[in-house]
This record gives sequence, structure tokens and C-alpha cells, in this order.
Amino acid sequence: MKQDGLKEAIGWEGGDCATIPLSIYTDREVYERELERLFYNGHWCYLGLEAEIPNPGDFKRTVIGERSVIVVRDKSGAINGFENLCAHRKMKFCRARDGNVGEFVCPYHQWIYDLQGNLRGVPYQRGLRQDGKLSGGMPSDFKREENGLRKLKIATRGGVIFGSFDQDVESFEDYLGEEVLRYFDRIFDGRKLVILGYNKQRIPSNWKLMMENIKDPYHAGLLHTWFVTFGLWRADSKMRLLMDPTKRHAVMAGTRSVQQAQAELVSGVTSFKADMALNDPSQIDIVHEEWWGEYTATMMTLFPSVIIQQQVNSLSTRHIQPSGPNAFDFVWTHFRFEDDDEEMHARRLKQANLFGPSGYVSADDGEVLEFSQEGFSANPSDRMIALMGGRGTEEANVIASENLIRGMYKYWREVMEV
Amino acid sequence: MPDNFELNRIAQLYASYERAINQREFESWVDIFSSEPYYRITARENFEKNLPLSTLVLSSKGMMKDRAYGITQTIFHDPYHQRNITGLPFVSSVEDSASGKGRLVQCEANFSVFRTKLDKLSEVFCVGRYFDEIVEEDGALKFAKRVCVIDSEMIPNAIIYPI
Ligand code: FES
Ligand SMILES: [Fe+2]
Repeated sequence: MKQDGLKEAIGWEGGDCATIPLSIYTDREVYERELERLFYNGHWCYLGLEAEIPNPGDFKRTVIGERSVIVVRDKSGAINGFENLCAHRKMKFCRARDGNVGEFVCPYHQWIYDLQGNLRGVPYQRGLRQDGKLSGGMPSDFKREENGLRKLKIATRGGVIFGSFDQDVESFEDYLGEEVLRYFDRIFDGRKLVILGYNKQRIPSNWKLMMENIKDPYHAGLLHTWFVTFGLWRADSKMRLLMDPTKRHAVMAGTRSVQQAQAELVSGVTSFKADMALNDPSQIDIVHEEWWGEYTATMMTLFPSVIIQQQVNSLSTRHIQPSGPNAFDFVWTHFRFEDDDEEMHARRLKQANLFGPSGYVSADDGEVLEFSQEGFSANPSDRMIALMGGRGTEEANVIASENLIRGMYKYWREVMEV
Repeated sequence: MPDNFELNRIAQLYASYERAINQREFESWVDIFSSEPYYRITARENFEKNLPLSTLVLSSKGMMKDRAYGITQTIFHDPYHQRNITGLPFVSSVEDSASGKGRLVQCEANFSVFRTKLDKLSEVFCVGRYFDEIVEEDGALKFAKRVCVIDSEMIPNAIIYPI
């Protein structure tokens, strides 16, 4: 076997997934390999919601890893995706965030692409006639068919669009695995979605920390006052913490606690505010929706690029857009269902106050991720421990467990070969 | 057009707002709003596309009080100083309110917010524009509505204080 310098440098022994070397959050070479192996090969990445591009010609610009990509609905209604990278001089040609077009034209030398990403026009391809003879132009062996945009494989399910640079990637359904797919379908069961809007934040931490944060039921019942105090996610909540067979994806499904918190669960927990009462209780006016079943929250991490949130009546996708090892952009798209009544519409918007960059819950998360990264950067040869619930990677059902994080690292180590 | 007296009062209201949030006097911040307030922070993209999502929306006095409590008691965050600089108001209309409660002034202004974290350099936190509705209540001008539309594409992590 070829010596792998990176594996040596990281020095992560055997099958350990519980003591995590901090260099995997700060090292540039690790990060480059992640982009190659996790974002650009073998995985499906989140691109958006079909409701964002409802009409033929509608497009949006987004990213897979650090690469800019375009997702567009063509005349036939099919959704196509390709890299935002002109075949000629590799310019990132599309600058608009979104819009409606009949074709894409790279402004530099006016090469024209259709909505499937095929190259349709090259000015002066056959040269120019000067003094009665053709000169210049592309060589005769240049074929437009071979010089289209780099195409993505596209999968859509329940109104959500995923893409992959890897044409040989397994089907989206196999990628999620049967059980995670069931939770995915619980939200995206074919009902029409309506976009409520976006929140975007730059979080100065490694992208994996956000995945870990949503695979960490332990913090959610301790850090977040609103969760603990109003019982949305607490030590006494009934929960199920499951993974797909590869353990890269996870679902944290929980049922909120409506009973009073028992003293022994919250004694000493400073975030618990026993006598906190809202001046305006409409902010947690939760209405149980039929399709929820027994769980009031399902937080899904679809590795590596997206988190899908149903926390009571608030629904969003959270797109992870890595930007070097030390930062990522976090793009929240909140949505509702077309058949929501006015009250439910208003309720979803109001409960969005819990989430996003200023959310009563999520603001805390962004902050702790930043401070974690500060700790790692100063101590890249140190390790952190994820030992809650043992060293295994099996499914769990209590808040005091870090099984999902270990599961993700079991998978990560296999693919990264470190 | 508003007369000079009115412009002075609007400027004073703006200055009180700036002062309240920069000095972290969140109760005064709540008091600067009318009895039926509306406060919203949203991204320019949402505003321009008429998308209803807010980064934060407070549509009652109670919600504003809850936010003030949240900032000081429930949200875990890095300590920081905020310096909000609001530009001059552009008064777009002055109308007699139908309810007979007095005048309703609509105005706009640019804002920039700088953030200074402990041990760190000061940085631009966000820039944008306010869209305001101002009314008179008990002889004082108050914001009935303040919509903060942020140009900045990416919020540098978390927004804790009102802007
Ligand atoms: S770089 Fe796009 S046409 Fe030349
Ligand atoms: Fe959290």
C-alpha cells in the first residue's frame, strides 16, 4: 500500500471514532480531500427546492462544495444542473443569483449554452474571411458537442433538488437508505412547497462542526434556554437517534415534553429558567400537524451538504457551503406547504424567530461553533472527546449520547482513508 | 414636507434609537416604539422578492420585551460592542392618520453597524436601510414600524442586539 502522508500526519488509530484529532478541522490538505471525495465525488449535494425555479427558463445559482453551479428548468420542464464555468477560458460566467433565461451566454467571448448545458454557439468558429480566404477560427477537429458545460447528475424527490458531479453516483434513494428516506418523505411527501425566504450567515468554523451540532442531542437540551424551558428538546423528551447503514446521515427525532421538568433533570442547568414566561406566548403557539406522527421535531443531517429541519411548525433546509477549512456559509431556506391556512402560514413565520442568525435557539449554535474553531486552531495536535453513550456507533434514544457524531466519523474515516 | 420643528423631532427620535441600542438599553429601545409596534430585520433579497421571512420579526410590545429578555438572559453569545450609525432621515410622506390619532410620517435612512469584540479589531457588521413609520403617542414621536433591510449578503455569524 502507498504511504499516505496525510494519514500519518493525522495519526488517528484503529477504529476509534470517539477521540477526534483537531487537525481534521484546521488542515488544508484534509479539507481539499474532503472537497474531492465528499463534495465532488460519490455523494449527492443539496441544490435547492423546485419551488425556487417553477417555470421553464427559471434558474438559480448555488454551490456544490466551493464550485459554483447553475440549476435550471428547461423548456420541457426538466431540471438540469451544470457547473458555472465556461468551457472556453473557464470563467465563472453567470453572475445573477437567479432569473429566467432562454440560454446562457458567457460575456467574455459570447459562447452560448442551452438550458441543458450544451454548447450551441462559438462566434467565428469557422474563422473570418479575409482577402478571399478563411483564416483563424477553431481547428476543424473542435467539436461543440464535446465542449459543453460540466453537467451534474440531478435527482429530485418531493420537490427537493440534489446534484452530483459524479455521474456514477448511486441513486438518491439508495444514497439516503430506506429509513432516512422514510423521514425525508415524511416532510416531502409531494405536497407543493412555497418559499418563505432566506437567511444567510457566515460561520467561522469548519463545516463538519455544523453537521456535528445537528447530530448532538446532548447540547440541545443544555445550551438552548428556549428548548429546555419550553420543553421543545429536553432530557425528558422521547427521542430516537438513527442513522442510515453507512452512518453518514442521521435523524434526531424527538417529542417535546409538555410535562413540568423534573427537578433532578434541570437542577444546576443554568439555561433552564423555571419562571420564564413569555410576554407574547404566540411565539410558541405550537399546533400539532397530522403528518408529524408522534415526533414534534425531526432534524436530519444529509451528509455532507444539508440539514433539513422540522422543529414544531418551522420548516427549513440549511445548506452548508464550505469556504476553506475555517469557515462556511450557512444558507437557510424556510418554506411552507401550499395548502397551509393563513394561521399556519403566520405561525411558521413567527416560529422562524427561533432559528437563523438571530434565532433564540440557533444564534447560540453559531457562537459555540466559532469558539470551538478558535480552540482547535490554537491546538491542532490536540484531540476532543465524543464519548457520551460509549464508543459505539449504534442507534440511541437518549439525549446523553454522541453516537451520531461517532457514526459520521466512522464513515468519514473510511472515505477519507485517514 | 415636514417643517423644521418636525424634522428636529424625527432626528431626535433617531438619535434616541441609536443611543438605546448602542448603550444596550433595551428597555428604552422597547419604549421608543408605539403601543402597536412592528420591528423586522430581513435580508435585502427577501425584501426585494417580497418574501415574508424575517431574520427577526417582532409584532407586539410583548415580543419586543421578550427579545430584550432573550438578549440579556437566554441567548448565549460572545460579548461585543455595537456602534450603529444612522444617516439623515429622508421623509417620504407625512399624512394625517385616518384614526385621528395624529400624523403618520414615513421615512427612510441608511444605517451601518460596526461590531467590536473583546480583543478584536472593529469590523463592519452590516449595512442597510431602515424603512420607518413614525406616529405621535402621548405627545412623543414613536416608531410604529421599523423595517431593517440588510444589504450584507452574509451575517457575520449571529445577530444578537437590535440593529
Ligand atoms: S471565457 Fe467564456 S466565452 Fe471565452
Ligand atoms: Fe443547537
